[in-house]
Amino acid sequence: MNPVNPMLPEVFKIRRSAQNTEDVFTLELERKNGGGAGFPFKPGQFNMLYVFGVGEVPISISGDPTRPHSLVHTTRAVGTVTRTLCQLKPGDEMGVRGPFGTSWPVEEAEGNDIVIVTGGIGLAPLRPALYQMFARRERYGKIYLLYGARSPGDLLYMDEVGLWQHQYRIETRVTVDAARRDWKGNVGVVTHLVGKISIDPVHTMAFICGPEIMMRFTRVELTRIGVSPDRTFISMERNMKCAVGFCGHCQYGPHFICKDGPVFRFDRIQNIFGRREI
Amino acid sequence: MDATRRGIQTEIVLAATDLDRLLLALKETGYRVYGPTVEDQAIVYGELDTAADLPRGWTDEQDGGIYRLKKRDDAAFFGFAVGPHSWKKYLFPPEVKLWSAHAKAKGFEIEEETANPQKMAFLGVRACELAALGIQDRVFLQGSFVDPVYRSRRDGLFVVAVNCSVAGGTCFCVSMNTGPKAESGFDLSLTEVLKNGDHYFLVSAGSEPGREMLARLPQRPAETEHRQSAAAVVENTAAHMGRTLNTEGLPSLLAGNLDHPRWDEVAKRCLTCANCTMVCPTCFCSTVEDVTDLSGDHAERWRKWDSCFTMEFSYIAQGSLRSSARSRYRQWMTHKLSTWHDQFGSSGCVGCGRCITWCPEGIDITEEAKAIREAPQKTGGKP
Repeated sequence: MNPVNPMLPEVFKIRRSAQNTEDVFTLELERKNGGGAGFPFKPGQFNMLYVFGVGEVPISISGDPTRPHSLVHTTRAVGTVTRTLCQLKPGDEMGVRGPFGTSWPVEEAEGNDIVIVTGGIGLAPLRPALYQMFARRERYGKIYLLYGARSPGDLLYMDEVGLWQHQYRIETRVTVDAARRDWKGNVGVVTHLVGKISIDPVHTMAFICGPEIMMRFTRVELTRIGVSPDRTFISMERNMKCAVGFCGHCQYGPHFICKDGPVFRFDRIQNIFGRREI
Repeated sequence: MDATRRGIQTEIVLAATDLDRLLLALKETGYRVYGPTVEDQAIVYGELDTAADLPRGWTDEQDGGIYRLKKRDDAAFFGFAVGPHSWKKYLFPPEVKLWSAHAKAKGFEIEEETANPQKMAFLGVRACELAALGIQDRVFLQGSFVDPVYRSRRDGLFVVAVNCSVAGGTCFCVSMNTGPKAESGFDLSLTEVLKNGDHYFLVSAGSEPGREMLARLPQRPAETEHRQSAAAVVENTAAHMGRTLNTEGLPSLLAGNLDHPRWDEVAKRCLTCANCTMVCPTCFCSTVEDVTDLSGDHAERWRKWDSCFTMEFSYIAQGSLRSSARSRYRQWMTHKLSTWHDQFGSSGCVGCGRCITWCPEGIDITEEAKAIREAPQKTGGKP
């Protein structure tokens, strides 16, 4: 990040671009001017991505923090900027500001069982946390990945998820909201999977990322199995224009999502979470 | 060594007829001077050439949704409260270019906007406005990031404060502990005294550049009598505040009353016009706008003032998160009086009263806070 002017993007080049699902795609970026240090970041942090002449959007980083030589973003094409982003080809240039925000407490979680609950694109900001845990897999107990999507076609990174199960002993449970008959897996909301896992609740950390309603009901289920709010972390989304606490858009009660979040320990936002229009 | 002991005065008396000499001294030292002036039937801030540009002989009548200029029966230079402008328009400009980008044969390059504004002097900064300056300093300069736009304008700023001789109808600086006397954060402070046919300013220096400026002015030594008269001016203003706000435990009172029925009541009146945020000297929200020229080869990013009262402000893919007027007024008021403490260690309100005066409905922040205090509904922590 530009140390003097945090509003100034740096130009990056697209190394690879891949479509994950019908409307989700992944970009792999590198600094235009080389830059040996790569792009160090912490899992859960985000960047502001700029498309020339179009605009800028906050997108979480979804690559491997232990391999910072390439910068990876997975995003859904839903708005003007992201729709243009997904049309960029290898060699094309775009702007990047970041990394910004707080991260999943991967190191503090060592020695614990881990429960990751995500919905849809919510897996993207959690993938760096998984990668970092894989690098020191022996330091963690069980790792559960509970993952839900709208349909089988909306499931992200499924090739990788299959590998993780065996290579890193990840207990994976996948579910979809609706599917055709050829789907052999679970159907239903992801929150229902929480009650079916077996962990030691007082030595468990839960990381949740998805729509707020999903995170809210995940907390209800976690309470049922004994995981306390101060062992639960969630990632919040709000409108952002600056990412450095100046523009005011991302305020959430006393917090700025851009700098106090996006990752929050749940007990710190519990009193406002789920309230309408905060 | 103390400045007075070196023989440099830190407090002098300047004849009202010599006020022009202060403007001259500022300009000679390389400052562009900005201050209050009459325009469009209001006292606004603009560039000053001479003391004749000041609203001499004018005062302002203010109440909820009401602002009128009136002739005074004397020739006071600063016999009014504050108008719709605040100094933030110079340090945090309403529109500013942040950078531009130019297409290249392959890709594009980004060019930083390196504005080098001329040094500014603000003449006529009220105590509440000094407090607001301090608050915006905390927002833009004292966090983990520094805003280069604000920094370049704030560095080298010369502040001439004016202690208030008139309390406006919507003023409540005494409640907010920010005025009416400027205590620190200025280079020079003036108290205007009109007494027994005598018209002068008691001028105090609050910084080294202030002391140097003082030495350039024609002066009489400040006697006890001058100091007493100046103190009486400020005391009189303090005793005539148009509004009061009880700040005792206010942050937690509001945080605990997010579902109070009063928010519904105020929402019936609030037009969500954003006037209060535009006139507020501490409101700092902004948005960015990317513009391109017709060729599509040149793009610019501009930063513009924004307001939490618009629907776009909280817009994400699912829609606007604060779609009701109730939630937008609540966001503004609880930010100002409650969550600002969590974020920046002080209230976001300085008691200048602008939001009350310039609200087309005359919605009064002090009245809203009072209504909740008088009938609190402890809503607790659960949704």
